[in-house]
Amino acid sequence: MDPTPFLTLSALLFTIGAVGVLVRRNAIVVFMCVELMLNATNLAFVTFSRVHGNLDGQIAAFFVMVVAAAEVVVGLAIIVAIFRTRRSASVDDASLLKY
Amino acid sequence: MIVFWILAPIMVAAALGMVFARKAVHAALLLAVVMMSLAVLYAAQDAPFLFVVQIIVYTGAILMLFLFVLMLVGVDSSDSIVETIKGQRLAATGFGILFGVTVAIGVAQTTVGAVVGLDEANADGNVPGIAVLLFSKYIFAFEMTSALLITAALGAMVLAHRERLSPKPTQRDLAERRMRDWADQGKPLGPLPTPGVYARHNAVDTPALLPDGSIAPTSVSRVLQVRGNMRDVSKELTALDEPDKES
Repeated sequence: MDPTPFLTLSALLFTIGAVGVLVRRNAIVVFMCVELMLNATNLAFVTFSRVHGNLDGQIAAFFVMVVAAAEVVVGLAIIVAIFRTRRSASVDDASLLKY
Repeated sequence: MIVFWILAPIMVAAALGMVFARKAVHAALLLAVVMMSLAVLYAAQDAPFLFVVQIIVYTGAILMLFLFVLMLVGVDSSDSIVETIKGQRLAATGFGILFGVTVAIGVAQTTVGAVVGLDEANADGNVPGIAVLLFSKYIFAFEMTSALLITAALGAMVLAHRERLSPKPTQRDLAERRMRDWADQGKPLGPLPTPGVYARHNAVDTPALLPDGSIAPTSVSRVLQVRGNMRDVSKELTALDEPDKES
């Protein structure tokens, strides 16, 4: 199997995720787009693991998953905490640090 | 490769749908589609361990967490259309397309050497192969993840914990408050009126009638009234007024 289509798909998904992070306003959807970017890099890791014939890439993808799980837990807790105080999940509303 | 060409358009469409979906729940479900397809692609690329982990950890745990938080925050919290920074949406899309084209051209122009394949590395099975690497070369990183996970769990607990600022009201306090409300504001001491019972409806969204034929506002939950889910009983009321017309 030629690895190039896999890598192109990975790049495409990463781009879509990045655009989503920039465009969306809902904090949870922004977070989902970050997850999409992490998943896209995982696909590249697994593909390169197959290209090079060793399992280091799969280990890297595994660690990305662990870090993503930890990140999601803390990030969602922050979103819930902000929602409780401000009654809004929009990233534009949390802008007090600017002033 | 057939699997790839079937799944790749689905994944790209679902990812695009995620960016454009108006409701956050739809975005979460489309993300689930992308993640399941990714799991299948892992399986197709000789990574059965990651296939299982992707389904269990990502679609099982992380997406469920997302959906739980969506339920907490409110399902219908859709995006505001107002742009805080002028032209940000357009600029972001433009730069995104540029970035995508650049990376795609970069990937297309690089030549990847001959694909070695994982047959040799997976000779003892994929899971033992990963375990050998994880507990030898990456043992320190693996141990650090345990610290990371504990820190994340503690952080989530601290962030989601709400400190009680006033003491919890006891049954005595509640009873005294009820009596005071009755004495000061004339609120009823007993329970609120039950929903109305009609020949066709007796659900909680059916308002009860007062003796003069008007609707008792306390007989339907305030939440249902605010949402506009209170049943319209005007037809039953007119039937009540003119019993001959019905028969």
